[in-house]
Amino acid sequence: MEIFEKSLEHLYLVFTATVFSVIVGVLLGIIAYRVKHLDKIILWLTDTLQTIPSLALLAFLMIFFGLGDLTLIIGLVLYSLLPITRNTYTGLKDVSPFLKDAAKGMGMSKMQRLLLVELPLSFPLIFVGIKIALVTSFSIAVLGVLIGAGGLGSIIYSGIQIQDVSMILKGAIPVTLMAIVFDIFMTFIEKRMIKKAKN
Amino acid sequence: MNTIIDFINRYYKEILHYTSRHIYLVFVSVAIGIVIAVPLGILLSRHKKIAEPVIAGISAFQTIPGLVLLGFSMMIFGIGIKPAIIVLSLYSLLPILRNTYTGLIGVDASLKDAAKGIGMTKNEILFKVELPLSVSTIISGIRISTIYIISWATLAGLIGAGGLGDLIWIGLSTYSKDYILAGTIPAALLALIVSNLLELLQKLITPKGLKVKR
Repeated sequence: MEIFEKSLEHLYLVFTATVFSVIVGVLLGIIAYRVKHLDKIILWLTDTLQTIPSLALLAFLMIFFGLGDLTLIIGLVLYSLLPITRNTYTGLKDVSPFLKDAAKGMGMSKMQRLLLVELPLSFPLIFVGIKIALVTSFSIAVLGVLIGAGGLGSIIYSGIQIQDVSMILKGAIPVTLMAIVFDIFMTFIEKRMIKKAKN
Repeated sequence: MNTIIDFINRYYKEILHYTSRHIYLVFVSVAIGIVIAVPLGILLSRHKKIAEPVIAGISAFQTIPGLVLLGFSMMIFGIGIKPAIIVLSLYSLLPILRNTYTGLIGVDASLKDAAKGIGMTKNEILFKVELPLSVSTIISGIRISTIYIISWATLAGLIGAGGLGDLIWIGLSTYSKDYILAGTIPAALLALIVSNLLELLQKLITPKGLKVKR
């Protein structure tokens, strides 16, 4: 039963973090696309954040936010920004200029064009970014145990400490399984979206 | 500013010691990864049928959390640097393998035909045409791998392999800000510097003909 509870906790942490990183990441992507010169800075920043070793980032954040779930969620959000921001930016940029012109010609405002034309057309690519962020978050969230957050990491870590293989597996199998299931499920949706877009 | 100088004065010996150990861990693991992954990638590009399942298999392997693999390795091989290097070099395989494979597959078929047409042997085509044309993709794989391994090597401190993870770990378990900073800052800097250097190398090593196209 403990496994079930911890799995739910793990899922909750990863989901919460992903929701926030989608909000922040898409917004940053839109800003990078819309505001001149900011694109390089934003992309460089997200790139740098992801280059920092995950344990180092989490330990560093712990100094400011203390032990617990909040620190882990902030770390996961910072880590997930890169794929989402980058894909939003590339997606918006790659919308065909003819379609953008057509929307302008129909008298749409800048906001209308963004919400009704550009974002819907780049959604498949943004979705891929979200998928990458979500799947990686599952394994990074395991490190949460080291900064006092919940989730399956605690089972794995106790297993390592008492050198108990079955205990490590009890934590590792649900994490890996969840990551793989989401990967397969979201890849399926992504393929359907691309098919639809082509028709 | 004074506190920073103070801090460096107090901890520089430890920082240097743990950083050099960290670099050693990363360097050995990635070197082993390259030696295995590049030839394997070449082999896979010659047998496309088995390539897909092999790469999918290694991809699934990569979703296993790092802590788990390190834990298992410690149980099998004991505490120390050996189990860490085994896991780290295994983990460094995938990005290099995948990029070697996609790089070689991506070489224009007409170029290979042309090479064949001027009488090159298979080996000559590989070394004079295919590899030079895909070297930039391969280096980008090595860069991704190295950044991963720098990150994973901090976890290796937990199984007694040393490296900057040790400092972070001491800091976390004794709640000491100084030790956390002494571990995290060099680790982050190391990752950023190595990433930029390899990016530079990638630019320098790209054949002239390919640069013009971009």
